[in-house]
Amino acid sequence: MDILLQEVGYSYAQDTPFEKRALHDVTLHIPSDSYTAIIGHTGSGKSTVLQHLNALLLPTEGYVVIGDRKLQSGVKAKNLRPVRRQVGIVFQFPEQQLFDETVLKDIMFGPLNYGVPEEEASRRAHELVEQLGLPPEVLSKSPFDLSGGQMRRVAIAGVLAMEPDVLVLDEPTAGLDPRGRREIMDLFHELHLKRNLTTVLVTHSMEDAARYADLVAIMHSGRCVATGEPRDIFTNEEQLQDYRLEPPRSIRLQRKFEEKTGIMLDGISLTEEALAKNIALALSKGRDLI
Amino acid sequence: MNSTIMSFANVTFTYAPENETVRPAVQNLSFSIQNGEWIALVGHNGSGKSTIAKLMNGLLFPQQGTVEAMGQIMSEGSLWDIRSQMGMVFQNPDNQFVGATVQDDVAFALENNGVPHADMVLRVKESLRQVKMEEFMDQEPHHLSGGQKQRVAIAGALALKPRLLILDEATSMLDPQGRIEVIETIRELRKATGLTVISITHDLEEAALADRIIVMNAGQKHTEGTPEEVFLSGEALVELGLDLPFAMRMTHLLREAGVPVAKEHMSEDELVEELWTSYFKK
Ligand SMILES: Nc1ncnc2c1ncn2[C@@H]1O[C@H](COP(=O)(O)OP(=O)(O)OP(=O)(O)O)[C@@H](O)[C@H]1O
Ligand SMILES: Nc1ncnc2c1ncn2[C@@H]1O[C@H](COP(=O)(O)OP(=O)(O)OP(=O)(O)O)[C@@H](O)[C@H]1O
Ligand SMILES: [Mg+2]
Ligand SMILES: [Mg+2]
Repeated sequence: MDILLQEVGYSYAQDTPFEKRALHDVTLHIPSDSYTAIIGHTGSGKSTVLQHLNALLLPTEGYVVIGDRKLQSGVKAKNLRPVRRQVGIVFQFPEQQLFDETVLKDIMFGPLNYGVPEEEASRRAHELVEQLGLPPEVLSKSPFDLSGGQMRRVAIAGVLAMEPDVLVLDEPTAGLDPRGRREIMDLFHELHLKRNLTTVLVTHSMEDAARYADLVAIMHSGRCVATGEPRDIFTNEEQLQDYRLEPPRSIRLQRKFEEKTGIMLDGISLTEEALAKNIALALSKGRDLI
Repeated sequence: MNSTIMSFANVTFTYAPENETVRPAVQNLSFSIQNGEWIALVGHNGSGKSTIAKLMNGLLFPQQGTVEAMGQIMSEGSLWDIRSQMGMVFQNPDNQFVGATVQDDVAFALENNGVPHADMVLRVKESLRQVKMEEFMDQEPHHLSGGQKQRVAIAGALALKPRLLILDEATSMLDPQGRIEVIETIRELRKATGLTVISITHDLEEAALADRIIVMNAGQKHTEGTPEEVFLSGEALVELGLDLPFAMRMTHLLREAGVPVAKEHMSEDELVEELWTSYFKK
């Protein structure tokens, strides 16, 4: 499902003394079936953009198109239920979306609310708890009697249980342990590929943006200042510096290697694995020369 | 200088004392932390780290064993005195905010500690400057971005000028540069004041900067040692759900790709240096 933000402006608490402008003139196209990463420093407007993707926030300027719905600033939006079903958001803080008595009820709530039969909702909850690396005992616990990383996993399970068409993730790996981080990012990627799940990821990990995304957007001071493929975004070092960002570690190490040895590697190492292969290749060529 | 500031002796804590089938969140745990140390506390999700932090500041009391802080045994009686020398940043900043504005929030604990008004105003300004949030003084703390909330929570702890600073994943939502800046600020503060830092983190690059790492697994202490000692255990760490710092991961990946690397490198520069000397400096 396509999503488009066209010249979107947003102010929190509009027309009050506390009015706070968060977005200016943001135009961003999320193509159907794509995996888009949004990066940018603290307070640049990433979470505010995300909340427009399922109409939790409505633009105060410009318009947003979500599938076949158009949400225009100044026009009252009716019946947003279908949009909320199609676009699932994992919030930056998991506590913001947990509420029910038990983990099981919490995960089942979304599907039940949209008419999925009880048995099927329960099946999904059990399966997801396992996929997200949680012990089955948590199903009967209160979601608030869990560790931070466990809450994060439950919040993710609750959104996946709705089987949305678009998955929107706001720093989903904050608080996850390194294994959980890798496994859960791989799970999202697998869903993206297998079910053509359109995915939007806000992340401070340039490594994750480079590894998983096919499109990267940079937010800066409430504006969307650049979009492009990871290899273009992460090799434009001047632009990254202007927005106080840096390339992923693998590219930084590639640069160090090239500087030190004078050997330029083939292509751009967007992942650690690619860098190891590229260095091995360069060194074996080098050996032939000696 | 070598005096203990925080120690656990055979501490066991369970959230469900009535139910013996539930594994205690912290089990028979002992360690001791010296004045001025920087400790990283790492471990998989649910391994007991936040519970340890809450035992350290007397939000929770162990069913067995003793917690000793600032030379006193933690009890209802010593609790307030101990807390007044401690700054704590919780995992979710929203649970921590009490003030209606950012500056009120940072001032709140100072007021509780009886800091005179004039001094308080200065300290609030200074700590918000340290985390680059001085522009947001009058904003409501709940109406900030995720990273801004974390910065304000850190300012609240710094303003107390604590002897011991406990950070529970306090920088998990900062951008990479912001994270480095905040850690650098705390390192400088430590140099200047002898502050002791206990940092709970999933960021192994950050843990590698500590004097010592304590590794938790399923409520028990798995290992403790210098970063070199802990990271040299390699695959064992990965099995616990953890990972190695980037330079070590690269060292292993290069070997898998057929590049012989002799040393276990903790730093990228040393890794590049070895590749350079073994291949080109003939
Ligand atoms: N509820 C709110 N009320 C008023 N202002 C807000 C609110 N939420 C966010 N803001 C402000 O809007 C701007 C953008 O915030 P946003 O949460 O979108 O940033 P972000 O890019 O997600 O940052 P982070 O990486 O720290 O999460 C910030 O300056 C922030 O202070
Ligand atoms: N309020 C609570 N009531 C009951 N059990 C709890 C509560 N808080 C935590 N637990 C359980 O205690 C264990 C330890 O939790 P703790 O929060 O200390 O873990 P942690 O190491 O901080 O994990 P994370 O990395 O996910 O933050 C977990 O199994 C968790 O489910
Ligand atoms: Mg955000
Ligand atoms: Mg925790």
